[in-house]
Amino acid sequence: MRHIISVLLENESGALARLVGLFAQRGYNIDSLNVAATEDPTLSRLTLVTHGNDQVIEQISKQLHKLIEVVKVSDISEAAHIERELMLVKVKAGGNQREEVKRCADIFRGQIIDVTPATYTIQLVGTSDKLDAFIQALGTTPIMEVVRSGASGIARGEKTLAL
Amino acid sequence: MTSQIQPDDKSADSTRATEMLSGAAMVIRALADEGVEYLYGYPGGAVLHIYDALFQQNKVKHVLVRHEQAATHMADAYARASGKAGVVLVTSGPGATNAVTGIATAYMDSIPMVVLTGQVMSHLIGGDAFQETDMLGISRPICKHNMSVRRPEDIPYLIKKAFHIAQTGRPGPVVLDIPKDMTMPNQQFPYHYPAEINLRSYQPKQQGHSGQIKKAVAALLAAKKPVLYAGGGVIMGGASNELTELAQLLNLPVTNTLMGLGAYPADDKQFIGMLGMHGSYEANQTMHHADVIVAVGARFDDRVTNNTKKFCPDATIIHIDIDPASISKTVNAHIPIVGLVQPVLSNMLALLKQKKKKSDSAALEAWWQQIAQWRSVHGGRYDTSAPLLKPQYVIEQVSKITKGEAYVCSDVGQHQMFAAQYYKFNKPNRWINSGGLGTMGFGLPAAMGVKLNYPDADVVCVTGEGSIQMNIQELSTCKQYGLGVKIINLNNGYLGMVKQWQDMNYESRYASSYMDSLPDFVKLAEAYGHVGIRVTTPEELQPALERAFALKDQLVFLDIHIDPKEHVYPMQVPGGAMNDMFLSKTERT
Repeated sequence: MRHIISVLLENESGALARLVGLFAQRGYNIDSLNVAATEDPTLSRLTLVTHGNDQVIEQISKQLHKLIEVVKVSDISEAAHIERELMLVKVKAGGNQREEVKRCADIFRGQIIDVTPATYTIQLVGTSDKLDAFIQALGTTPIMEVVRSGASGIARGEKTLAL
Repeated sequence: MTSQIQPDDKSADSTRATEMLSGAAMVIRALADEGVEYLYGYPGGAVLHIYDALFQQNKVKHVLVRHEQAATHMADAYARASGKAGVVLVTSGPGATNAVTGIATAYMDSIPMVVLTGQVMSHLIGGDAFQETDMLGISRPICKHNMSVRRPEDIPYLIKKAFHIAQTGRPGPVVLDIPKDMTMPNQQFPYHYPAEINLRSYQPKQQGHSGQIKKAVAALLAAKKPVLYAGGGVIMGGASNELTELAQLLNLPVTNTLMGLGAYPADDKQFIGMLGMHGSYEANQTMHHADVIVAVGARFDDRVTNNTKKFCPDATIIHIDIDPASISKTVNAHIPIVGLVQPVLSNMLALLKQKKKKSDSAALEAWWQQIAQWRSVHGGRYDTSAPLLKPQYVIEQVSKITKGEAYVCSDVGQHQMFAAQYYKFNKPNRWINSGGLGTMGFGLPAAMGVKLNYPDADVVCVTGEGSIQMNIQELSTCKQYGLGVKIINLNNGYLGMVKQWQDMNYESRYASSYMDSLPDFVKLAEAYGHVGIRVTTPEELQPALERAFALKDQLVFLDIHIDPKEHVYPMQVPGGAMNDMFLSKTERT
């Protein structure tokens, strides 16, 4: 099953390499990974999408906890949460297709953020599923490039992952 | 990402004039302040400033090995015997990579160690400089933690942090990489060694959960067929007394893992031997049929459980361990207790002593009768009809002559299993072997590390002609430091464990398991300035051992020629349950 794991990590050199290395060493999957410093510059927040059975996910969580620089770990997909991913898509948009692509982007609440006579670059934010659906919806439109940030997530309500 | 290191100044004494030291001097001074007596290492370009600082003081003594791997094993064995972190100093590049096997060995067995590796100058890092290697990258998967020095003034803090991480929680090796420019003798910085350290991201649990402990006690009291399964965590956690008290209070059978030998006295009637692949028949039967298993500081390793799907089908498993990730990793625990084994066992004992309810003595009586029957099936027997010396007999004699009190440092192979099976370990911290990684070449340097720190104790290295040659150069170090280790070389002319598997699984096709052109070990020992004795018949053994142990301060190399056909039994049948075993070449359960 798909899980979204949030990690608060000491913002130290080598910490990210150690965390990623753990996944490689122990044969866990990383579907996407997204990391940046938080409002506290000594801490990084990392969102990792993975999949595995309950036993594997439990081990991932425990092994992450064991890393010295990991401050907190939470499987935010276990409870109500919000998930967002950013995608930039560059497509060929000439002739008849130009209007079709625009309509499709509007339906998905995407924004066209760069335009040339022959191309559009569309920015889209949503759950990873929604971004997948948009790519499907583009149909025969030739996709030139796709850049995805990987999912970020946060728990709903008053629950937080903070110091 | 940026480095954010904040030295902890809480305990600084503001009235005292701050001492100014170079980075190199700080390294050595911090080790002295940490109470380190011996540093095991080998000099080289990147650590020359540190060696010069070492030369100019007399608190920390340096032991010069002949190969960096030996330095790590010496430090590791000191830690296994004392419970305190051993310390290693090696240079960058090949010095650091030679230490890798020793770091991995310590990591697999959760042994506290601090390894200081030299590094090229900061501004050269990443440029493929002479003797540069990414030691942080190389050591990352094989150590508990690693760090590098970015500012010389951080050195005392980082060394304290290294010891703190290595010795608390589930222990393990910590690597500190020190670029040469962090140790320049002409640049001095204020020195202050922190008394303690507090890391927000590392707060290992100490006490077990009281509710879980209550549940465990209730399960134990209700048990009809209980067993205590104790591992290396009991040794490193210093909980041998509590384990023994618990076993004796409730009349429980005790089995020790390979790493846990000595946690419970082998001579006691409640000890049922080691469990697992080469465990005793009675230990594996007891485990398989148990209704409650209390695993203490053990990790359900594949060399213990055999096929986990067939593992102990009727047992409620209570698992006490400091590492939550060890719990339910391979075998599901019904009552997990995360905490240091010593306070958890103490809490269990306190609770048991208050309880009015006693364990079911009739059921335990029947259980012990069943165990006695299992004991009579194999009982550690071996073939004594052949005229050749049997390795089991050799170990039994070594055990007798040292009264089960020697430090026994083993290499890896058949001899290791014979030592584990036939030496009667009555005290913790006396059996020193590479259990997790299975590192050949561990035995001799390990024995050296112990002998150096416990000069009055009998220290034995049980090895074979394969393993001993992996670090035989250390005979020279032994001469330099007067290390009177007794080497029991069980010489059968084969890589015995490999040969055994080839006999069992490859129709005796001995692919590269026969060692031709072995040296004359007696002459070799003599060439290094030691005493060598060859033993080829059973009659020669006793006098040779007596002579060897009488030569208190001398290294004696006993080259003992044993039956090359001997196999280690019992042995679990691969893929089977705990109790599916071969009992000899011709018997199977």
